[in-house]
Amino acid sequence: MTARIQIPAQAKPGEVIEIRVLIQHPMETGYRYDDAGKPIPRNTIRTLNCRYDGIEIFSAELGPGIGANPYLQFTTVARASGDVEFSWVDDEGVAGSERQRLVVA
Amino acid sequence: MERRVPGSEQMNWLRAALLAALISSCAVISSAEDRAIPLNQLRSGSEFLSPELRALQADAFANPGMLWVERGAKLWSTPAGSAGQSCASCHQDAAKTMRGVAASYPRVDAKSGFLLNVEARINQCRSERQAVAPFRYESDDLLSLTAYVNSFSKDYKINVVIDGNAETYFEAGRTLYYRRSGQMNLSCAQCHEENWGKNLYAERISQGHPNAYPAYRMEWQSMGSLERRLRACLSGVRAEMLPYGAQEYRNLALFLAWRAQGLPMESPGIRR
Ligand code: HEC
Ligand code: HEC
Repeated sequence: MTARIQIPAQAKPGEVIEIRVLIQHPMETGYRYDDAGKPIPRNTIRTLNCRYDGIEIFSAELGPGIGANPYLQFTTVARASGDVEFSWVDDEGVAGSERQRLVVA
Repeated sequence: MERRVPGSEQMNWLRAALLAALISSCAVISSAEDRAIPLNQLRSGSEFLSPELRALQADAFANPGMLWVERGAKLWSTPAGSAGQSCASCHQDAAKTMRGVAASYPRVDAKSGFLLNVEARINQCRSERQAVAPFRYESDDLLSLTAYVNSFSKDYKINVVIDGNAETYFEAGRTLYYRRSGQMNLSCAQCHEENWGKNLYAERISQGHPNAYPAYRMEWQSMGSLERRLRACLSGVRAEMLPYGAQEYRNLALFLAWRAQGLPMESPGIRR
C-alpha cells in the first residue's frame, strides 16, 4: 500500500495548516462479483486516524460509500514541532501508516 | 512523409502541395493535408473532462495516479535478479535519464527490429538485463514503473518515428484504425475522427489520443494502460478483444502517437 501525506515543511506557531492524505486501497464494496460470478468480499479501510505530536487530531470511519484510493483533507493549528502520523486498518486487518515531520518555528 | 487518409482526394492534395511550395514552408502544410485532424486542431482528451476531473489531474498531490508513480519510484531502486541490480544501477537518476523518453514511444528496438512500447521496453530490461521474469501485463508493478518512467515526459510533445524500420508497423496500425470491426461494424475513425465532441451515452467522444496513459480512470477506480483503454473501445463495438501484448495494439499505438504528434504528454492522466 502506497500512501502520500502533504503538509507544509514548516509553519509558524498558531498558523492554520492544511493536511492532505491519499491512500492506495481498492475499497472493495462487497457488492461486486468477479468474472466467475462469485461475490468479491468487502475490503475497505475501516478506521483512519491522524496523530500530531502524539495527540489524535482527526479520525474517520470509512466504508463502502467511499471510492477506491481515498483522499482526505482537513486543517489543524500548528503548535509544536512533531510528526504528523496517519494510521489505518482495513477489513482484512491489514494496517498501514505513513508519517511526515512538521517543523514549527 | 506523405501520409494521406483513405478517401482524401489526390487533386486537393496536389493543390495543397503546390500552394505549400509557393508559401515555401512545404512540409508543415502538406502534412496538415495528410492528417484527418490537422495538427493545429488536436485536442487532448483532458479537454473533454469536467472541470473537477481536470483539476484533479492537475493537482500533483491529489491525482491518484501519483500513487503509482510513487510506487514506481520505489521499484526503480529495488534490486532484482541474482546480480542484485535495480533499474537505478544502470539508469541512475530517472529524472535525468528518462526525461522525455516516453514521448518517443512506441519505437523500434534497433537490435531485434521489434516495435516496443514503454511497458515492453521495461520488460525487456527485466528479462534480458536482470534475468528475471517479466512483469505481468496490467500488474500494479508494471503500471507503476511505466507511470514512473512516463512521468518524466510530462509536458513533452509526442514525437515518434514512423519511417525506416517503423514503417510496416505504422502502416499496419493505420489499416487497423480505418477498418470497421465488431458487431457494430465501426472503425476507430468513425468515432474519434468523424464524431468527436459528440455524446455517446454518458460519454463525450474525444479525438482518442494516447497522451494520458497509463491513466487513472474513475470507472476502473484504478490505473490502466493504453491497451486496457483500447480493449474498452473494442468491447464497446463488440469486437474481438485481442489479448494483452498483441502486436495489433502496438501498431495501433504507433499510429495513435503519430496522429497526436506534438500533443503534450499528460501521464498520469485522469479520465472518466
Ligand atoms: C463507438 C465509438 C468508439 C469507437 C468505434 C472507438 N472508440 Fe475509442 N473511445 C470511445 C469513447 C466513448 C472513449 C472515452 C471518451 C473519450 O476519451 O473519447 C474512447 C476513448 C479512447 C481513447 C482514450 C482517449 C483519452 O484521452 O483518454 C483512445 C486512445 C481510443 N479511444 C482509441 C480508439 C481506437 C484505437 C479505436 C479503434 C480500435 C477506438 N478508440 C474505437 C469511443 C469509441
Ligand atoms: C544491466 C543494466 C540495465 C538494467 C538493470 C535495466 N536496464 Fe533499462 N536499459 C539498459 C540498456 C543498456 C538500455 C538501452 C537498450 C537499447 O537501446 O538497446 C535500456 C533501455 C531502457 C529504456 C529505454 C530508454 C530509451 O531511451 O528508449 C527504459 C524505459 C528502461 N531501460 C527501463 C528500465 C527499467 C524500468 C528497469 C528496471 C526494471 C531497467 N531498465 C533495468 C540497461 C538496463
